Amino acid sequence: MREDGDGLSVIVQVVTRWILVLIVVYGLAVASFGHLTPGGGFAGGVVIACGFVLATLAFGGRSGPARAFHRRVAQLEAAGALAFLGVAALGWTLGHFMQAWMPRGSGLTLASAPFLVLLNLAILLKVGAGLFAGFMVLVLFDRLTDAPREGEGGA
Amino acid sequence: MTLYALTFALLGVGLYGLLAKRNMLKKVVGLVIVEYAVNLLLVAIGYRTGRGAPILLPGDDPALFAAGSVDPLPQALVLTSIVIGLGATMLLLAMVLRLHQRYGTLDVDRMDRLRG
Amino acid sequence: MDTILVGFAVFLLLGSAAALAMRNLLSAVITVGLVGMGLSILFLLLGAPDIAITQVVVEVIVVTVMIRVTTRTADEERGRPRSLVAVVAGVGAVLVLVGAALAAFASLPAFGASRAVPADWYLAHAEPATGATNVVTAILLDFRGYDTLGEVTVILAAIAGALVIARHIAGDGTRDAGGEPDRAPQTRNGEEAPHA
Repeated sequence: MREDGDGLSVIVQVVTRWILVLIVVYGLAVASFGHLTPGGGFAGGVVIACGFVLATLAFGGRSGPARAFHRRVAQLEAAGALAFLGVAALGWTLGHFMQAWMPRGSGLTLASAPFLVLLNLAILLKVGAGLFAGFMVLVLFDRLTDAPREGEGGA
Repeated sequence: MTLYALTFALLGVGLYGLLAKRNMLKKVVGLVIVEYAVNLLLVAIGYRTGRGAPILLPGDDPALFAAGSVDPLPQALVLTSIVIGLGATMLLLAMVLRLHQRYGTLDVDRMDRLRG
Repeated sequence: MDTILVGFAVFLLLGSAAALAMRNLLSAVITVGLVGMGLSILFLLLGAPDIAITQVVVEVIVVTVMIRVTTRTADEERGRPRSLVAVVAGVGAVLVLVGAALAAFASLPAFGASRAVPADWYLAHAEPATGATNVVTAILLDFRGYDTLGEVTVILAAIAGALVIARHIAGDGTRDAGGEPDRAPQTRNGEEAPHA
C-alpha cells in the first residue's frame, strides 16, 4: 500500500479522494467568478495548489492524482504565463496591448467581463502550477536524499 | 493610529529576527513577519472607517457605493505582493535546504566557520 | 470596531515575538502560521475579503512547506543569540525604523480617514468601464494589468530559481521535478564529483 514509505493512512486517502474534486471545482469557481465576487486567479490558483499538495501528502509523491500532474508542472506553469501574455496580446487586434477585446454581455454573469475571466483563468493556471512546482521541489528533495544513491552526486 | 503603531512594531519584530537570529529558518520566519507587517500597513492605509469591501452587490446604487467603500487600490497591489512573497519564500526555502545540505547546519555563525 | 482591530494587531505582535523567541523550530513555524491566520481575519475586518481569502490559502502552503523543511533539517536553535554585533545591528535597525515611523506618522492621514483621490475614481468607473463588480479585480487585471503581467513574470522567475536550486540539491541531473529519483546520476556539468 505504501510503495515508498510516504503517504498517510487509508482514512486520509479515502477522504482526500472525495474532497479533491471539490477543492479543484472550488478553486475554478473562485477564479472564474473573481470579477463578481471576492477571489480571482491568485486565490483560485493557490486553492488548487493546496488541493494537489493535499493529494501529494496523502498518497505520497509517486502515486495518486499528483503523479500525472507533477511531471509536467513546470511546463504547465509556463503555459499559464504564455496564456496571460497571449490573451493580453490579442488586444492588439483592436488597438493596443491588453485592451479588452472580447464583447461584453450584461448582467452579473460570466459574460459580463469575459476578458477578465480569461485573464483570471490564465493566472489560475500560472499560480496553481507554479506553487505546486515549488512544493514538489521541496518535497522531492526529501525523497532524493533519502533514497540510496550510488556515488556522491552534487556538492 | 494605534493600529499603525502596532504595525510598525510588527515590522520591527520581524526586522530584529531577520538580523539578529542565527538560524536560517528563523531568518525566513522574520522575513515572513516583515511581509505581513508591510501588507497590513498598506491595507490599513486604504481603510475608511465604517465602509465596506469594494465589491458592488446587485441592487447597490453606484453613487452610494463609490462613497461607501474602502480604497481598492492598495488591496489590488497587496494581493500581488502576497503571491510574490509566497514565491520568494519558496525560493528562500530551497536555498536554505541547499545550505543545510552543504554545511550540515542552519546556523549562520557555524557556516562562517565551516566555509572554505 | 477599532478595539477589535487593535486586539487582533496585538495578537499578531505577540504571536510574532513568540515565534521568534521559541527554541523549537517546528513550534516557531506553526506559530507563524497562526499569526498569518490572524492576519487574514484582520484583512477581512479591514474590508478586504479578496486579500483575506488569498492570505488563508497562501498561509496553508507556506506552513506546509516550512514544516517539511523543518522536519527535514531537524536543527534545534542554539541558545546564544547570534553575536553582539548582530544584536546591536538588529536593535539599531529597529531604532532607525522607529524614527522613520515617527516621521511617517506626521504625514499620514489618521487611521480610517484615507483621502486618496484615485480611490473614488476607481470605485465610480470600474463597473461601467470593465464590467467587473469586484473593483479589486478590475484594477488588478484591467487598469493595472501591466503590474499583474510583471508579477506573473516574477513568480515564474522565483519558481524557476527554486527548481534550479533543487536540481543542484538533487545533484543527479534529472530533467524536471517529476524525474525518477532512482535514475543513476548523470554528469550534467563539470561540477559533479567523478564517480568511482
